[in-house]
Amino acid sequence: MPAPAPAIALLRERIARIGRIHARGSAERSIPFGIDAIDQALPTGGIRQGALHEAASAGADTEHAAAATLFIAGILARLDGPILWVLRQADLFAPGLTAAGLNPDRIVFAEAGKAVLPVMEEGLRHPGLCAVVAEHTGRLSLVASRRLQLAAEQTGILAILIRRSPGFDDPALNEPTAAVTRWRIAALTSPPALPHAPDTPGLGRTRWQLNLTRCRGGEPGSWITEACDATGRLGLVSDTADRSVMAA
Amino acid sequence: MRRVVSVWFPTLPTDRLWRPEGEQRPNTPVVVAAGRVLMSANRIAADLGLRSGMKLAQAQALVPGLQVRDADPAGDAALLHRLAQACLRYAPLAAVDLPDGLWIDVTGSTHLHGGEARLLRDLTVRLQRRGLTARAAVADTPAVAHAVARFGAGGAVPPGSDAMGEFPIEALRLPADILANLRLMGFERVGPLAATARAPLVRRFGPVLAARLDQAAGVLFEPIVPVAPKTSIQARRTFVEPLMTAEAFSTVIATLIAEICNELEKASLGARGLDLRFERLDGTVQAIRIGTARAVRDARHLGRMLDERLERVDPGSGVEAMHLIVARADPLGFVQTASSLLEDTSADIASLVDRLANRLGEAAVYRIAPLESDVPERSVRIVPALTRPTGGWPADLPRPVRLLNPPQPIEAMALLPDHPPIAFTWRRVRHRVRHADGPERIAGEWWKRDGEWSSVRDYFQVEDDSGRRFWVFRRGNGSDLRTGDMRWYLHGLF
Repeated sequence: MPAPAPAIALLRERIARIGRIHARGSAERSIPFGIDAIDQALPTGGIRQGALHEAASAGADTEHAAAATLFIAGILARLDGPILWVLRQADLFAPGLTAAGLNPDRIVFAEAGKAVLPVMEEGLRHPGLCAVVAEHTGRLSLVASRRLQLAAEQTGILAILIRRSPGFDDPALNEPTAAVTRWRIAALTSPPALPHAPDTPGLGRTRWQLNLTRCRGGEPGSWITEACDATGRLGLVSDTADRSVMAA
Repeated sequence: MRRVVSVWFPTLPTDRLWRPEGEQRPNTPVVVAAGRVLMSANRIAADLGLRSGMKLAQAQALVPGLQVRDADPAGDAALLHRLAQACLRYAPLAAVDLPDGLWIDVTGSTHLHGGEARLLRDLTVRLQRRGLTARAAVADTPAVAHAVARFGAGGAVPPGSDAMGEFPIEALRLPADILANLRLMGFERVGPLAATARAPLVRRFGPVLAARLDQAAGVLFEPIVPVAPKTSIQARRTFVEPLMTAEAFSTVIATLIAEICNELEKASLGARGLDLRFERLDGTVQAIRIGTARAVRDARHLGRMLDERLERVDPGSGVEAMHLIVARADPLGFVQTASSLLEDTSADIASLVDRLANRLGEAAVYRIAPLESDVPERSVRIVPALTRPTGGWPADLPRPVRLLNPPQPIEAMALLPDHPPIAFTWRRVRHRVRHADGPERIAGEWWKRDGEWSSVRDYFQVEDDSGRRFWVFRRGNGSDLRTGDMRWYLHGLF
């Protein structure tokens, strides 16, 4: 099945949003990735708004969660409205977000120290926002995540937790939570910048192994994609497209 | 935990002679005397050896041509009262500490001013601008703060620490005859006095000594009598039966807020800060303070912010009156609300920012704006959360999403002068570089610091054999040691 052109998807999104102004919350809103294989694995055809999602980096990047942050930034870039970003420590470098198409002007940062989750919930109860992102280190209890999920459902705000951990592939990140989807992003080696001249120095587009390790009402899956471009869209890797469908 | 600031004006009577500003301060020695004793000497007189407590005749003998002014305790007290009112900007409770000081109960409101140290600095600088010499200290009890401001160096005493032991017994604010007797008995410092058996002391000197010692130790609560604010908008409710529960307080808050919002609307004002005082049965006053980023007249928003702070209030044996005061107000006209026909593009996040700032402190809620600088760590600055976004983010440069601050040293192998590393070791893990892009040369900003005149950093974007991307740089241009020491650093992660 051919993927709809990104521009058309964008227009559809916008039309749907205009229709929703009078019936806020009634329609199931979600942000499609624009890649059929991934969107079909998700029950709502994309990242559902008004729900809690988790993203973490895999392997040695679990601590800094750079790949997970770019993945999240790509999703947020395709939404409109202010974002609350709850930090534990300030190591996020805002100019880096523009690489995934997210304008840092939209973000209000809150350095919450140990109170990341309560501040996130506070943000989720404020209807003026379009998304709340929080960086959480350590365990997340089922009760705490359910509170966040309920708060997100009430206001229809997209809630994203970036799970970080100083440990390499911390098992605490695999404990059950109330999140609707849970993503693991691992970096993959990228192909040479110029496929016809592999010896030319330079960097091609980053590649990710995108693992959907949990999905409520859907099947987990795994895809190889190209990292978000300047409009926040993932790219499908052409030479591995068949493999990724099979893996799903 | 209670925290109290004490401010001491060592030369208030002479400082006061040349306020308001504009009049030139004299460069001749001037003293203020009460009767035949010196109360205060200006800087020049103090340099000549004149001290408060000296006999006036002795001072005049020491310094010929000394100007002597009569003391005016009532004027001093009136000035202190005005200063205490001005200090309400820092906290909801401020009191006059006669004859030469102020007390500010900053419990729970220091985060609005960036912490205790910054609050003290701001306070003393403001007083200095008004021509007043002042020393301030903050501690757990009024007694300790009072002593540290006068007998110590001022500054913040960490919570829970015992600072009184080393001070002379004068720091206890005892009557002169008791002090003289204690000295006769050989007591010089507070520490040994506090360690002495209490009963004989009380028997000889009366309860005042025991009370002062207990106040200094924080065992006995010492109330301060707050000054009334100058503002005109306030509401007060007294209760027949004392209130104890949070629910009861919220109900009263709702009625007080409704009353105040009504007044604010009549005056076309919006609140920027609110103080709520709880007058307890035992005569002490507790207070909470909230601040807003923008003038607000929304009863629900203000009520919710006060409710969130209720947990800090200790009702003790009951609260007999509540007093809500508009500490700061700004003009606020009528605003047209967005109609549903327009897509509300500028969603209002001011109330969220207020709540978060009250919870985390004003400095913890912010936006980031770009700054014209090539040096990565200087290319962003923190701006208040409600500033209008300026845009202008450079999109064409590769910048990492996580920046390590400070950059972490790595061991790298690279060909000079301008090749990316072949491999590097970060935190004892070796990364083999498969692809790289660069260098991007960033020169030091010589107009900021002399040391950066010739310094250079060469940045590379590298991908290791697991696919992770790093932003590394080498100090120096690779050939000239004057531009840097050629060491490698990891600065960010993509």
